[in-house]
Amino acid sequence: MHMVTLTKGVPDFREGKVSFDEEGHLERGKTPTVMNPNDKIALQAALQAKVRVGGRVSLMSMGPPGYKEVLQEGMEDVYADDLYLLSDREMGAADTWATAMTISTGLAMFDEEPDLIFAGFKTADGETGHTGPQTNWCIDINDELTDRPIITHVISLDIDEEERTVRAKRLVEGDISEIETVEADLPAFIVTDPEFEPSYRRAEYRLRYKDLREDAEERAEALDPEEDITVWDHEDLNLDPDFIGLDGSPTIVAGVDPIPKGPDEREATMIDPSDDSEMDSVFQELAAYAGGD
Amino acid sequence: MTDYEHYEAVVVGCGPGGATAAKTLAEQGVETLVLERGTDAGAKNVSGGLLYGEQSAPYTFDDVFPGVRAEATERPVDDHYIHNIAGDTVKTFDLGKLHHHDTEWCDSVLRRTMDSWVAERVHEATRETGGGVLTDVHVNGLLREGGQIVGVTSEELDPIRADVIVAADGVNSELARDAGLMDWEEPEEWFQGVKAVVEMHPETINERFGLEEDEGDAHLFSGDLFDGVRGGGFLYTNESSLSIGTVFHLDSIADSGAEPHELLDSLLTHPLLEQWFDGEYHEREYSAKLVPDSKKVAHPSPHRGRLLLVGDAAGQMQAQGPVIKGMNHAVTAGGLAAEAIMEAKARGNPRSAGDLYEQKLYDEGVMAKLRPRRYRATHALSESDLVTGVGSRLLDSPVGTAGLKLFGGLLERAYNSPYLLGMIPDTRLTYVDVPTRIGEVLGTRVVDESEIDPPELDDRIGDLTYDVDDPHIELLDDSFEASGTAVTACPVSASGFGGGCYREETVTTNGTEEKKVSLDTQPCVECGTCAVVADTKWEHPGGGKGVEFEDG
Ligand SMILES: Cc1cc2nc3c(=O)[nH]c(=O)nc-3n(C[C@H](O)[C@H](O)[C@H](O)COP(=O)(O)OP(=O)(O)OC[C@H]3O[C@@H](n4cnc5c(N)ncnc54)[C@H](O)[C@@H]3O)c2cc1C
Ligand code: SF4
Repeated sequence: MHMVTLTKGVPDFREGKVSFDEEGHLERGKTPTVMNPNDKIALQAALQAKVRVGGRVSLMSMGPPGYKEVLQEGMEDVYADDLYLLSDREMGAADTWATAMTISTGLAMFDEEPDLIFAGFKTADGETGHTGPQTNWCIDINDELTDRPIITHVISLDIDEEERTVRAKRLVEGDISEIETVEADLPAFIVTDPEFEPSYRRAEYRLRYKDLREDAEERAEALDPEEDITVWDHEDLNLDPDFIGLDGSPTIVAGVDPIPKGPDEREATMIDPSDDSEMDSVFQELAAYAGGD
Repeated sequence: MTDYEHYEAVVVGCGPGGATAAKTLAEQGVETLVLERGTDAGAKNVSGGLLYGEQSAPYTFDDVFPGVRAEATERPVDDHYIHNIAGDTVKTFDLGKLHHHDTEWCDSVLRRTMDSWVAERVHEATRETGGGVLTDVHVNGLLREGGQIVGVTSEELDPIRADVIVAADGVNSELARDAGLMDWEEPEEWFQGVKAVVEMHPETINERFGLEEDEGDAHLFSGDLFDGVRGGGFLYTNESSLSIGTVFHLDSIADSGAEPHELLDSLLTHPLLEQWFDGEYHEREYSAKLVPDSKKVAHPSPHRGRLLLVGDAAGQMQAQGPVIKGMNHAVTAGGLAAEAIMEAKARGNPRSAGDLYEQKLYDEGVMAKLRPRRYRATHALSESDLVTGVGSRLLDSPVGTAGLKLFGGLLERAYNSPYLLGMIPDTRLTYVDVPTRIGEVLGTRVVDESEIDPPELDDRIGDLTYDVDDPHIELLDDSFEASGTAVTACPVSASGFGGGCYREETVTTNGTEEKKVSLDTQPCVECGTCAVVADTKWEHPGGGKGVEFEDG
């Protein structure tokens, strides 16, 4: 079984890490890059599959050379057998379409075609949620890769290796109150929901999980980014620069409007809740908005 | 037959008993799975704690875990004293002879550090056999088929079958209870231990206790400082902290309505301790746990079918007079249980492991230490009201006083006699009156005054780490008569304190007032007291949930 998880680096939005300039623009240089948190959940799902049925987990990203640290982080915090980075200048400033195009080509590079591809739900910076499904679409049009069903918003996953099927519980429309169970043939594409919970109800799974975690932590610590991460550029992938990176991106960002901040000071009228007439004036005031305008 | 996982041996609990059993089994190639409810082995455990390596014991911890003393214990302890206290007069006896009797070595320990170090070694050894140590798993019962015990159940895992199950799940063993081998009914059968770990720089410890590096002290305290509650206090030096605590008979705590945290404070603020605190007090951790009294509860036949109980789970905790020995016996029992299992397996009759284990406990003299015949022979008389009454009047009389003065040296020898301590009766006379009179008649006044102010209960709770889950204790009868004792006896509750587990409430129904008890398990330190003194359905919290001790 070969599982590939896709990931991306994002600014570390955690309190105390992220840095904004005076105008509220993100200061990328001052904000560390980390693995997209939702992708760690996808990687957990891949690890769960490895624990339960065995196989190999590859972690792949497209981005600048600095993303090697992101891959290393994934290996250390979750798991990976091997790491792949699709990287060169031509791939820079790609939108989700160009990214999907590049990644699907990367996926075709493996000797052993991935049985399961995992992607996280949305990136913390782009928030589009497109890349996973678009990559699967690009897989469909790629002759070297087998077409595969995609299951999104996955919250739990079971694999039947003999039957070559995958059974998943998923949130319908991403809604936690509606859960459906679906089954698909392998190979398949899985997009995990942030609600995904790995489940290890057998002692042997937990023991194997512990072994794999320990092993991955050790390997991540000893990792030599130059030696131990496979980097493929557009030539390795045999990709036309016109169809990747900025040139291959149909999306045009027309402008970015900062979310308006609330004023520092506001006028307030104090109301005594036990005074009926004062309370009445509040209702009068609010009545005008009651229509939803 | 349902397709459950199967292991040759499942060991529940990775304290000294479980760790020893598992390592010994694994070394003989038995496929062994260890299930531990703490998020880390030791995260749930509390002891005083002096760990003894006894000369007569077939297993000592450093035999089973080479390097444990160098890597994971605190200080070797050579000197042991007991302070008999009456107000601010104190008479100190040297307990060196008792301390060294049958002792190969003795180290002070903190359980989180020691147990987690040990668990790593257990994991390495058991992993080789196809098993291993899993933390965060709370075993909540026995798996039975056709009425026979065949494995264990837990919240976190599907049921697991095993050829043999070692319950080393400590005091309040849910497995021992499930098997019908132990109940939690009688407060007389238990002690309650409460402890504070106090930060102190290693050099300060050396200076104030007159120690060299790698030397440690043990001090015990008894007399009138605990409001007549039967029991005493202890202070042990660790590497960079002191373990200071109290151990009282649970029935005495329950009957007196004493507040355990206040009894601990009475010890902490006694002027005798000022020589060591020198006005500074930084409490790192407050903790509590029940301690079985082997004289009364050590199970004479601690096994049923495939289930073997070791350590506290079987009540194998010896109070040798004021000296508490539980960890060493858990180690021995764990080793003997493993031996028995392997022998039974070699004979092709795994079911005989329990009987073999029992036999070994007697043959190796363990049961004789745990349930001394001398105590059984004498306690009916020595604990009778008549004897206690006469004894205490005699003590107060001029004859008694003269006797104490004359025989002070003899008394010190008596305190050091394992033989006499084996039959010491559980009465106020021995725990309170005698030490108090010794302090009064033979003692000298302490000149220091205590300058420390121990934290309030609120702060003690606030400083602990909890991963709160659903309530794990259910109050079955909330009337004050049935469960009111818990309001004071629970070490994190107190009457008039709203932030603890148990609270007293007055409920008015149709004009009549009734005293009731309410329970909030959030601040619970899982000591087990209310399992015995209140009417509850008592379980431990789910795996990795509840309180997490850093020192223990
Ligand atoms: C205040 C105090 C002072 C003491 N002083 C000393 C002393 O100085 N010297 C001494 O030798 N002894 C002392 N003792 C007693 C000593 O701590 C115990 O006798 C000893 O720890 C018993 O070892 P054990 O292995 O049987 O159980 P424990 O050490 O209690 O280990 C039981 C293990 O099982 C785990 N467990 C429990 N239930 C479950 C479950 N359902 N599922 C999974 N895991 C579970 C626990 O988390 C724990 O790790 C003291 C005790 C106290 C409370
Ligand atoms: S609630 Fe019960 S078990 Fe918890 S600390 Fe209080 S007495 Fe102990």
